[in-house]
Amino acid sequence: MANKPIGIEVSLAVAEAVKLCDTDVVAAYPITPQTHIVEHLSELVADGTLNAAYIPVESEHSAMSACIGSSAAGARTFTATSSQGLALMNEMIYIAPTLRTPIVLLVANRALSAPINIWNDHSDIMSVRDAGWIALFAENGQEALDLTIMSFRIGEHPEVRLPVSLNIDGFTLSHFIEPILIPEKAQVDAFLPPNQAEIKLDISKPLSIGLLGTPENFTEIKKATDDLLVNSKKHIVSVFGEFEKSFGRKYNLVETYRHEDAEIIILTMGSISETAMTAVDEMREAGQKVGLVRLRLWRPFPTEELRAALAKAKAVAVIDRHLVMGAPYGPVCLEIKSILYDSPQPPKVFNFILGLGGRDVRRADFKTTVERVKSAKDSQSSFEILGVLE
Amino acid sequence: MRAADVPYEKVTAKTFPKGPDSLASGHRACQGCGEVLALRLLLKSLGTDFIAVSATGCMEVCTSTFPQSSWRMPWLHVAFENAAAVASGVESAVNILRKKGKGPDKRIPVVAVAGDGGTADIGLQALSGALERHHRDFIYVCLDNEAYMNTGIQRSSATPFGANTTTSPVGSHSQGQNTWKKNMPAIAAAHGVPYVATASPAFHLDLMNKIRRAAAIEGPAYLHVYAPCPTGWRMKPELAVECSRLVVNSRIFPLYEVLDGHYVLNRKIDNPIPVTDYLKQQGRFRHLKPEDIEKIQARVNQEYENLVKLSEAFPV
Amino acid sequence: MSDKVEAQLRVKDMPFGFHAKPGSTMDFKTGDWRSARPILDREKCVYCGFCYIYCPDGVYQDQGPEEKYYKADLDYCKGCGVCANECPKKCIKMELEEV
Repeated sequence: MANKPIGIEVSLAVAEAVKLCDTDVVAAYPITPQTHIVEHLSELVADGTLNAAYIPVESEHSAMSACIGSSAAGARTFTATSSQGLALMNEMIYIAPTLRTPIVLLVANRALSAPINIWNDHSDIMSVRDAGWIALFAENGQEALDLTIMSFRIGEHPEVRLPVSLNIDGFTLSHFIEPILIPEKAQVDAFLPPNQAEIKLDISKPLSIGLLGTPENFTEIKKATDDLLVNSKKHIVSVFGEFEKSFGRKYNLVETYRHEDAEIIILTMGSISETAMTAVDEMREAGQKVGLVRLRLWRPFPTEELRAALAKAKAVAVIDRHLVMGAPYGPVCLEIKSILYDSPQPPKVFNFILGLGGRDVRRADFKTTVERVKSAKDSQSSFEILGVLE
Repeated sequence: MRAADVPYEKVTAKTFPKGPDSLASGHRACQGCGEVLALRLLLKSLGTDFIAVSATGCMEVCTSTFPQSSWRMPWLHVAFENAAAVASGVESAVNILRKKGKGPDKRIPVVAVAGDGGTADIGLQALSGALERHHRDFIYVCLDNEAYMNTGIQRSSATPFGANTTTSPVGSHSQGQNTWKKNMPAIAAAHGVPYVATASPAFHLDLMNKIRRAAAIEGPAYLHVYAPCPTGWRMKPELAVECSRLVVNSRIFPLYEVLDGHYVLNRKIDNPIPVTDYLKQQGRFRHLKPEDIEKIQARVNQEYENLVKLSEAFPV
Repeated sequence: MSDKVEAQLRVKDMPFGFHAKPGSTMDFKTGDWRSARPILDREKCVYCGFCYIYCPDGVYQDQGPEEKYYKADLDYCKGCGVCANECPKKCIKMELEEV
């Protein structure tokens, strides 16, 4: 493939990245809007382009179960899902990290039922935020491809060995045709070493994996997993750095846009950030000191990076794509509020729920959030489901 | 090659493997556990050059309290209902890594082990998927102790008619389990897999040869193994092997194989003992009235006759 | 007997994926569960091996063609009595442990 971008659907670009990574096993079950990825992967296996085992499992629960088995046997393992599929996987999602199985899971984010809805929001991934997976959010197609390649290297890093979920917004990113630079195989080979599992199911060195943890050991086993996840942040930073050296594209855990002198910062995750950037440009042109901060890494939570990025702002408008029922704020806002609480002069934090179940997120919505922040009275709630018809 | 013609090294009284057990002592199975006996013999038959996958359950819990394990081959436990799916992933990984020159260049059987609840109830979907996908080196062993013993003797769909369990209790309106045992071997055979067999630990050579045959045949195999539970059945622990013999000799649990859809009745029981001789050893059946036992006897006769007809209609 | 069990491990010492070494329950001696022990009458024993075959806990060890019998390792024997029940020569007796 040439060293210039080609127009390709993002789902297909992700599948091409999985191929470039010499993935050994794909176990997947169809669910909209993830299906184009695994359809393309099964084509690549069928035509011999990808030398992998494709397991057409009978459910997402079995998809993740098979992935855990495959990864424990030392194979580079990939799967993809969305929404109800991720919910059905939930039980297995919690098991994979503690067993140290560096599976790469692509989530084409979609709303959870009911009502059944195939469109985009972040409720699916938020239901597994506490499970111990590394979680990344891509903004555009190039990032989706690059992060797919990096996810294998991060997860399989000898000091990490944890599963990675890569989130791309369903339809609004997964189904878009974008100009994407597909790297040469040799470049990927040079960047991504073979998966070296020291501990695996191996008849020459038999071990038992997946034991019963009694109260005497359970806390220590869980703490050990959390330590791994927290410590993975520095390895993620180093893999981003290596990627830049190899491919020339720079990635940060937290991205900022025109935020240096911003009084109000909009904080986003995922593909709506591109719309938000345009809105920021327009507001800047109108003389408003507005900036953008975008989370690329959701787990482990990049606390220090975010504190630094928000240090100078007077107010933050946190955009959430998921409604945490019964809670005071959305999931991202809950984190932001908690990490800013101890700051000497924390910015005021406002939370806006946007784009549930595929409702359009437009430039005007970001402008509305900024207007709300500006005109907020002390007595006013800092939480709003923007545009909801009460 | 027809499954029936696939050669395998037979275990005989003379060639009985004498080395250390593949399942180490020090496990916490109850006294006189027939399930762990069946497991011990099955694993011993295969040695250690295979990979075992356990479903959550008695056999998993009693063998794997961190930081110790009884398993001497590579072993993985993930959850309850998915042993077949986990084993599918292991089997696919092992075979693709071998194909890519990244793993040992030989067949490595992957043996999934689950109880009756993990097989006939919550694990049925994952098992059906795995059998249908026709994994080449996949063996599924159901160790059937006829109830959820690990959680305290609750009924499953494999609990026999009349059995008293904690969720099919005997009461003024109940005679215990009021449904007939789900026919798992028939369900497995309906998937068209090359090998399905039943086995009982009392017939140890038959049991040990069946897993060897399962490992030799290419394609998925399903073994349904009778696994007596003295604790859950309210039976004396020393009777675990004896009742494994009676259950076969009474025609309640016939030993047979299905090879590519052809039936072999391994042990024709021409002079069966009455079912009551089997039932009376177990407290779970103590409440049964003569008419209940008659009903069970009639059902056993019918099912055995059906099996004989199948073996005559579809011989190997 | 079972002092090695459930030893607390520190977080920093936790093995990768909290795995265990194969066959390591050999460190867990289940012999103290026993209320009766098997006593073999070697005069009657015909070295058939049924005690060895049918022991759920794998406690019987072959003493070889010279000795011609199987010996129960009481470190693991839980005293279930399957061996005594299955012995075709009825040469194993279960004897109550003294408390």
